[in-house]
Parts: sequence; C-alpha cells; structure tokens
Amino acid sequence: MTALGAIVRRDIKIALRVGGGALIGVLFFLTVVVLMPFAVGPDLALLKRLGPAILWLGALLASLLTLDRLFTADAEDGSLDLIVMSRTPLELTCAAKALAHWLAAGLPLIVATPVLGLLLNLDGSASLAVMATLLAGTPALTFTGMIGAALAVTLRRGGLLLAVLVLPLSIPVLIFGVSASQAAIVGPVPFGTPFTILCAISLFSLVLGPFAAAASLRQGLD
Amino acid sequence: MRLSGRDLRCVRGGREVFAGLDFEAGGGEALALVGHNGAGKTSLLRLIAGLLTLEAGSITLDGGEPDTPVAEQAHYLGHRDALKPSLTVAENLGFWRDFLGDERADLDAGIRAVGLAHAAELPAAYLSAGQRRRLSIARLLVVRRPIWLLDEPTSALDVKGQELFVGLMLDHLARGGLIVAATHTPLGIPVRELRIGAVQ
Repeated sequence: MTALGAIVRRDIKIALRVGGGALIGVLFFLTVVVLMPFAVGPDLALLKRLGPAILWLGALLASLLTLDRLFTADAEDGSLDLIVMSRTPLELTCAAKALAHWLAAGLPLIVATPVLGLLLNLDGSASLAVMATLLAGTPALTFTGMIGAALAVTLRRGGLLLAVLVLPLSIPVLIFGVSASQAAIVGPVPFGTPFTILCAISLFSLVLGPFAAAASLRQGLD
Repeated sequence: MRLSGRDLRCVRGGREVFAGLDFEAGGGEALALVGHNGAGKTSLLRLIAGLLTLEAGSITLDGGEPDTPVAEQAHYLGHRDALKPSLTVAENLGFWRDFLGDERADLDAGIRAVGLAHAAELPAAYLSAGQRRRLSIARLLVVRRPIWLLDEPTSALDVKGQELFVGLMLDHLARGGLIVAATHTPLGIPVRELRIGAVQ
C-alpha cells in the first residue's frame, strides 16, 4: 500500500506544479465552454437545451488532453522500467496512476462545472445534475483512456492516436452521461435509469482499464 | 548467491543481437560486460531485469529470496535517470524509497552519501548530468537489493564522483552483493570480464 500511496502522491504533486497537467485541463475546459455561446448565438433556450452536452464534450476533451502524458512521461525518463521491475503488480500501479490523474485533472473539471453552467443558462439544479453525472462518468473516461495512453507508449508520438483510439470507447459514457443530465433537467425518462447505466460503465472500466493497460505496457517493453 | 544465465538468445526488432551466451556471477563478485557498441550489453542487462523477453535459454538465481523473480531483487541503473524535473532531490528519492522498498530507510543518509546534501531541496530540473547520476545512484543505497545492474554507471560522473561510486560498489560487494555492469571504461574495482559479440 505504501507503494501505491507513493505513486498517487507523486503524480498529484507533479500535476499541480508548474507545467503539470491539472491547470491546463481546467483552462481548456473553460475555453471550450466559453466559446460555445459565441458559436451557437445568444438564444438562451437553445443554450439551456445544449448545456449538458457542451459541458460533457468539454470535459471529455479536457480529460483527453492531459491523458496522453499518463505513461509516456514515465516511459521517456526511465521510470516505467523501474515500475515494471518492482514488486507492486503493474495492474495496481496503473490503477493508482489513473486514480491520481482523475483526482488531479478530473475533479477540478467537476468543481468548475457550476460556474460554467452559468454561461450556458443552466440553473442550480441543472448544474447539480450535470455535476453528478460527471462525478459518476469521468472515472470511466480516465480508466478507458488509460488503455489508449498505454498503447501510445509503444507507438512513439502516439498523442493523436490516443484521441482516435479513446474517443470511440467513450461514446457510451457520453450517451448515458448526457441523457442522465437531460433526464434530470427536462425528463421524461427518470434520472435513475441512464444514471445507473453510467455508474455501471464506470465500474466496468475501473476493472477492465488497469488490466488492459498493464498488458499493453508489458507488450510494449523494449 | 549465484546468478547465472544459460544459452541466452536475444532478438530485438527482428534481428538477433546475440545467441548461445552464458554468464555466471556469485555473491561479492562484479561482472563487467564489455563489447563494441551494439553488441548487446544493455540488452543483456535488460534481459536480467526482466524488461526484455528471452527468446531462448534461462536466467536463474540461486540463494536469493525464494519465489521472487530476479527483477524484484535487482536494481537497474540505466541510461535514463528516472527523475521528475518538477520534484526536488529529496522528493524524487523519497518516491523511489516508498515505491520500491517498504523499510523506512534514511533519505538524508542516502543524499549525503552521494554528496548532494546541499541540493536536497532543489528541483531535479536544475541538476547537472553528473548530479542527476549521483541522485539515481542514491536510489541503490536507500533501497537495498542484492543485485545491481549498471549500464555505463560512471558516465557523466566527475573524478570525485567516480571515486565515491567505487567506494559504494566495494561496500555493496563486501555485503555479499553482486554487480553486473556494462562499461567501456574500467570500473575501478576488481571485475571478471565477459566479452559480448565478436572482437573488432
């Protein structure tokens, strides 16, 4: 447990320091969401209807932005070699790294959501609904994205490849995340139905992600 | 303790690096891998560290911890320093101590032993190549492992640093440890040479 705690602490520390990814993700999220009203126009009803979808898309792209450094940074400086050699199972280390990434880059997005909701004409309860779905759904984005991040280690300069690999995997998360938020705001489907499926997708990827990422990292050793 | 490899074959990128290679080293002994560039010195170290897969042959360790892979009883000091530029010297070393070892080893002693006490709170980004190397050597000291796999360990070290490292290696051997080092320059300790690849 000491080892996993050490990984989580180190990755969060690096993300929060100058040049780390945490702030960049939030700023990107902010920029995407602020741009939307300019593109869509000042139609308040339309903005309110599109709001959850815009917030979800922004969060998806922002988490993708910082995800490609999840393993490549460790691979480039040789840390990955030592991590693979260590006594800690690689699957657990991958899970710890993903958890740290979510804490440093995913949680700030959720905290920023109510502020950005104001720009999209979402009222308090609607913002709360989007926050709840993001809280349940962003772990799925991180843990499935981790698989792509691990593959990017094998293929040098895999940054763009990561997006191509990961975005299709995140379609179910996007569908149920947005539909759960819509259900809470306008109905008619009860909020619980899509939200439960969203939670199920998250739990599924929490299990699958670390194993797939570890397998891909082992394959990519050289 | 005895580390040995039998009939090792290594293939990288579809090309054979070496085949039919045997080696053996006992506790308290240092094995120096010599050979021209590309002969497979680093490949052999990475095979022992479990970072490459063996095409043929076997690597065994007698007298180490039972049921533990060789890799988990070894330290690998490669070309890359495994240091994070935004973390300080103490934080970098502290992370590897917590991640690799469960014992509460003394960080300050490790940092002092490699002569970086004055820079303990400095971010690793500001270290010189030699200082970075010293810091990665400190990792070998704070977490004890019987096998040291060293790839060009003295590169970037100044004369004083090399002398210091010779002392550390002799200490390690005196404790019954084992060193396998790929090197072009003499290590400064008594070694057994293993030539890899054809003489050119």
